[in-house]
Amino acid sequence: MGHQVTVVLGVIGADVHAVGNRILAYALEQAGLKVINIGVLASQEEFVNAAIETGAKAILVSSLYGHGELDCRGLREKATEAGISDILMYVGGNLVVGKREWHEVEEIYRKMGFDQVYPPGTMPEEAIPQLLKDLGVDGVGGMH
Amino acid sequence: MEIALLIDFGSTYTKVTAADLNSETVLATAKAFSTVETNIMEGFFNALKELESSAGLNNPPYKYKVACSSAAGGLRMIAIGLVPDLTVEAAKRAALGAGARIINIFAHELSKSEVGKIEGQQPDIILLAGGTDGGNKEVIIHNARMLAGAVNLHAPVVVAGNKSVTDEVGSVLAGAGKDVRITENVMPELNVLNIEPARETIRAVFLEKIVAAKGLKKAEEFIDRILMPTPAAVLNASELLARGFEGEPGLKDLLVVDVGGATTDVHSVAGGEPTKAGILLKGLPEPFAKRTVEGDLGMRYSARALLESAGLQRLMQNFRVAGDDVLSHIKKICRNPGMLSDDEKSREIDNAMAYTAVDIAVERHVGKVETFYTPFGASYVQTGKDLTQINCLIGTGGVIVYHPNPAVLMKGALFDQSRPTVLKPMHPKVLVDKEYIMAGMGLLAEIRPVAALRMMKKYLTEIRI
Repeated sequence: MGHQVTVVLGVIGADVHAVGNRILAYALEQAGLKVINIGVLASQEEFVNAAIETGAKAILVSSLYGHGELDCRGLREKATEAGISDILMYVGGNLVVGKREWHEVEEIYRKMGFDQVYPPGTMPEEAIPQLLKDLGVDGVGGMH
Repeated sequence: MEIALLIDFGSTYTKVTAADLNSETVLATAKAFSTVETNIMEGFFNALKELESSAGLNNPPYKYKVACSSAAGGLRMIAIGLVPDLTVEAAKRAALGAGARIINIFAHELSKSEVGKIEGQQPDIILLAGGTDGGNKEVIIHNARMLAGAVNLHAPVVVAGNKSVTDEVGSVLAGAGKDVRITENVMPELNVLNIEPARETIRAVFLEKIVAAKGLKKAEEFIDRILMPTPAAVLNASELLARGFEGEPGLKDLLVVDVGGATTDVHSVAGGEPTKAGILLKGLPEPFAKRTVEGDLGMRYSARALLESAGLQRLMQNFRVAGDDVLSHIKKICRNPGMLSDDEKSREIDNAMAYTAVDIAVERHVGKVETFYTPFGASYVQTGKDLTQINCLIGTGGVIVYHPNPAVLMKGALFDQSRPTVLKPMHPKVLVDKEYIMAGMGLLAEIRPVAALRMMKKYLTEIRI
């Protein structure tokens, strides 16, 4: 295998949900990606800085505690400002407070500049094939 | 007797120590004004004469004659990286660990005017980092090209960046006739520090090039070697003292505060992991042996900067001094940095200044705990080292060493109830370097580590606080 594609993974804001983060990191590694896991309580700056320094091709954001809408706003703009405007951005989790139609939620996050938006309960094997496609790499690991 | 002569060429004083390695005793110490501008050996021989007469030695055979130096501006370095919080910070830490004085730092792609600035500052060494291994390549290559194009830049460049492109970076610089040294990446993976190889490389360059460039080569006619920059010697001594050597146990976790005329250095040799449960660690991992330098906290050359950083209020808070007196004292110092305080009032102001320098320098060195309020209650996040439970606190530097009651100054390094988020030591044993031997012992550590360790344990004096 030649060059591994790098992605940055983390849980944004004041969110401390660590379990899903570990599972995702494992699944992404199994899919052949180099995972830079910045863990929980990650700020927007940490995502952007990690992506610059490691030459990552995607930023994968989790948010489980309902404040994602506030935490994620401006992330795309920061990336653009930092010179990595082409980077892929995914987000997933309990992205809003209260009951709202999923297509509304997806719309909100798409407008913020996320390329893919995933509802709670999405399994890694649902999202990873899309990610590999968007990254332009074929699955090298054993996910599918 | 088997005597080692340990020399510290400082910017103001040349200090010499004679140690008998058989009996592990300090025979004498002496100092004289440094004479870097004319002939560095003049000041040295003045100090040596005083040393030999006070020790009652007449031209004794010195088995070893080794030196460190912070003369002629010290080891002036520029650190270049990519992201300020990541590879720039890692490069900075590597340079500080090597005993350098950092005169400037740069992040991201260098511009023409920044390169102009670098040329203007004429650093002794440039440390070029950027990108984790396999990470960003473009920026470090760009920066190498920019440095390669700087015709007035003659400083050696130590390359410690993304390994995937170091060959290319090296050949770009070498192709332009620059002196290039390739070493391992200071940050091979995100948030993983690897500063030891860069530190070693910087030290090798120092030995090979900088000593000569600073007019210190003359010194090597008489002495065996100038081994390292002075701050590196103190860090070396601190590491040896903490870790111990072979059968000889060390003092374990410790913190050293060194207050000088121009800077205050703080060295910690400790892991600094959280001492309470349920605390998350954030930020770059800390080097086990960590040095920080505060260029704005000093007793003489940096007196005005100290006032500006601390503010008059904080400077005065624990001492009986009047604001007007402080201001006029500092004005006097600015006019004459060699000034000695010879009356009660100005000595008390010096105390206030030294206490504040210790207080702020240690505050900046140690970790902090922040509280985050999440929907699930409070969670605590630590950045930097938790030094609350550290074993030993050691004071050195002229103002502490020669003070009749150094406890007054050393208190500044201790945990402060009113600022509980600052993780300063709570109940350390407090030692003072009464004989002023730490730098010397850092040199001796290179030759006879056990003797150096035992002498430090013998001569560092415990004080009550």
